[in-house]
Amino acid sequence: MFYCVYSTFISTFYDLSKILGPPTSWFILSFPKMATPKKKKMPVQEEIQDVDNDSAMAVPSSAIPPPNISSIKNKMRRTHEFIKLKRQRRKEKKELQKKRKRETEALGDEAPPKKVPKTIENMRVFDETMVDPQDEEVLHDEAHDEMASYFSRDTRPKVLITSSDRPRSTTTRFLKELGQCIPNSEIYYRRGLDIKKVITQALAKEFTDIIVINEDRRKPNGLLLCHLPDGPTAHFKISNVKLHDEIKRAPKSTEHYPEVILNNFNTRLGHTVGRMFAALFPHDPQFSGRQAVTFHNQRDFIFFRHHRYLFKNNKRVGLNELGPRFTLKLRSLQKGTFDSKFGEYEWVHKRHEMDTSRRKFFL
Amino acid sequence: MQHDDVIWSVINKGFCSFKVKTKSQKFCRNEYSLTGLCNRGSCPLANSQYATVREEKGVCFLYMKTIERAAFPGRLWEKVKLSRNYEKALQQISDNLIYWPYFIRQKCKQRFTKITQYLIRMRKLTLKRQKKLVPLSRKVEKRERRKEQKALVAAQVENAIEKELLERLKQGTYGDIYNISQTAFDKALEEEEVSSESEAEDEKEGELEEEMEEESEAEVEYVEDFEESDISDIEDGDKFAEESTDEEDKDEDGEKGKGKWKPGMRRKRGKVEIEYEEEREPAKRQTVRLQQ
Repeated sequence: MFYCVYSTFISTFYDLSKILGPPTSWFILSFPKMATPKKKKMPVQEEIQDVDNDSAMAVPSSAIPPPNISSIKNKMRRTHEFIKLKRQRRKEKKELQKKRKRETEALGDEAPPKKVPKTIENMRVFDETMVDPQDEEVLHDEAHDEMASYFSRDTRPKVLITSSDRPRSTTTRFLKELGQCIPNSEIYYRRGLDIKKVITQALAKEFTDIIVINEDRRKPNGLLLCHLPDGPTAHFKISNVKLHDEIKRAPKSTEHYPEVILNNFNTRLGHTVGRMFAALFPHDPQFSGRQAVTFHNQRDFIFFRHHRYLFKNNKRVGLNELGPRFTLKLRSLQKGTFDSKFGEYEWVHKRHEMDTSRRKFFL
Repeated sequence: MQHDDVIWSVINKGFCSFKVKTKSQKFCRNEYSLTGLCNRGSCPLANSQYATVREEKGVCFLYMKTIERAAFPGRLWEKVKLSRNYEKALQQISDNLIYWPYFIRQKCKQRFTKITQYLIRMRKLTLKRQKKLVPLSRKVEKRERRKEQKALVAAQVENAIEKELLERLKQGTYGDIYNISQTAFDKALEEEEVSSESEAEDEKEGELEEEMEEESEAEVEYVEDFEESDISDIEDGDKFAEESTDEEDKDEDGEKGKGKWKPGMRRKRGKVEIEYEEEREPAKRQTVRLQQ
């Protein structure tokens, strides 16, 4: 076996000499000429092909793929080949684009419509609960749900903000900023009270909403939003909190009532959650304050932002970020006020059932 | 035969599987141990007459072991249920352990007291809030964080907010605060341009007054011949004055308050060069439109 190997080695050696030419030329091989071995290989292949053509097998040269760049052991040469390949590919791509553009221009009106790339939002799984704005049933439901009293201007929002036991500094700062952001809100410390007792006391003092921020490892990580006179209770997970001090060059917010912007709350569940958020803020925003609070839903993540806007002209707005910034993710929605044991859950996030598809969203 | 001393010497010096030794203390892990410490007097193996108090599911029992039953391990421990009433239970202990060594009686009562106290505390705690610890899966959290980042990129929140605000501006929710209902204004502008252009083509030289009237209603313009226009348009001076106050005048300094023009009168803002010209034939009007 050893001798076999030796003999093949010799044969390859002699082939190399064919490829590389007489030994003297090897020393002339400088760096740029490294490519020449490849070129010289081609004649060898063609020779073989000539032989093959004579026989019955006809293999066209284009079918033999070029050798893989990753098989070149020399790193410098490999990188060079790769750069060449990339350049060639880019060139081809540009040519293709130009060609397409020329074609569309040539066709003019008959041109096929521009292809729209697939995004997760485009490919979202069809949701039966997507709300049609003119849907009568939904309108009827919403006119009679728990938040209806706010939207019919019977009640004015009064929010109670509290935290879990023994909040740390980050959480207390977060509470204060939330209190500044939401007008007509009061911050109370928890001091070991049960939430059900908090609710009874809040009802006595005519609060309309309770927000409880839960804290873990010195950071706020959960938000419980309970609408009071027997309203739904929503539990969210908080992430990526950025406070006013951490936002660079953030101006101070004022006491004006902000406008509320709710984006992408499209399903029935999203509608409920959106209405809960809207019910936190007073009905008539003070436009002179130019403050806007946004809840933007994207792929079941709700991004909260607080901005001051400035209309530069008809087509451009400037935004200046104030106040806290955080993201929420809905964990559960429970009908009625907070009751984790006996409450009726309208929606609970169950990971194994609901997170199976990357394109399925619930809000 | 039960030789407690022999047992103790073997256990103490040798190996006892219930013994736990720390730097300063020796503990006894035997479940029937009265105190938890490894001592000659409190070792359940080395004492043939021994008693303990233990609780099971909130019910306290007194366990007793006597030398008579040492040969029957299955029947070794006598179990007596203690009353729910604290004083009665103490009395029970005393009664059952009558004539027993004082040490065991005292330690049993102490142990019983401690057990009842912790049972009371457990019952109180279950009525209060209980923190539920929810385990987080690291992979899941990592995935969620990544999804959130991607969602943030896809959301383009600032753009969406700007769009929404501009929509609201268009719809007029802000009313007249900003004076920038430009679309309506622009449309009106375009209409007037068209109409005024057509008229300009028709009536170039004559009927300056009419032209000026229409143009002055629609837009503010610079017109070459100040004097003549003034003379002809004193009646329209009011309209000029109105327009100039309403519209964005920052660019149009020269056009302020055209009406009631007197030579030498200063404008409130902006500088305009005053050219006095003698009356001549009405020349061609060249209206220069401002590009807004």
